Amino acid sequence: MADSIASRYTYTLDSSLESVNRVEQAAEQIAQKAGLNEDAVFQVSMAVREAAVNAVLHGNAYDAQKKITASFENTGNALIIRIADQGKGLDITQLTDPRTPENLLSGSGRGIFLIRSFMDEVHFKQLHPGTELTLIKHFTSAPRGM
Amino acid sequence: MTMKTSTRQVDGVTILDLSGRITLGEGSVQLRDAVRDLISKGSKRILLNLAEVNYIDSSGIGELVSAFTSVRNQGGELKLLKLTKKVHDLLQITKLYTVFDIKDDEAAAVASFAK
Repeated sequence: MADSIASRYTYTLDSSLESVNRVEQAAEQIAQKAGLNEDAVFQVSMAVREAAVNAVLHGNAYDAQKKITASFENTGNALIIRIADQGKGLDITQLTDPRTPENLLSGSGRGIFLIRSFMDEVHFKQLHPGTELTLIKHFTSAPRGM
Repeated sequence: MTMKTSTRQVDGVTILDLSGRITLGEGSVQLRDAVRDLISKGSKRILLNLAEVNYIDSSGIGELVSAFTSVRNQGGELKLLKLTKKVHDLLQITKLYTVFDIKDDEAAAVASFAK
């Protein structure tokens, strides 16, 4: 269910892969509507997908009792997207660089790296319980409205 | 949204044609199952044709790496064929471009496997 106040949309969703796909699609639509170019739309939608996967899989661990929330805001200068879960929290000091020789052949551990690669700013906030990721993409040219 | 797989044999090389999205859930599982099936049947030369793969997420990337190491651990070779620009860029960002043997031409790719 989405609530909209001005140019901010918030979704509260179950901890499921369907929710991941919905959040990704919402990100793609909002990025397109904001006038981002094709590459930037891809980067935003993929970063948001990875954040939603983290929330559903690593945060809430598919717990049917826990929700994820995704909010999208077009400030006129940037897209600000927040993805939150109700899980046990993310220790960012444990994150490793997947490009190092010891991690290169790992079958996981690239989600946060891709998010950081694709967004201009990424912020982590502990929610007690849960984690909120704030993803920011700055506009390099005049955007359209949401 | 879902991924499709099919296999064919060309000069002793098993080509796994993939199309669609390789993402957490169905796509990644399909890729894992398909490669496991090929390994269990004794395939040691596997070429993943990604020409029709228009999207891959970190889970799918991880599955490609796992497929690569699984085949290599069985004494085989797994190579990639015809990456789309998005998949190419993702493998470059993650430095996996240095891990995989990536080909653009199918005949040359088939010929490149050890006989």
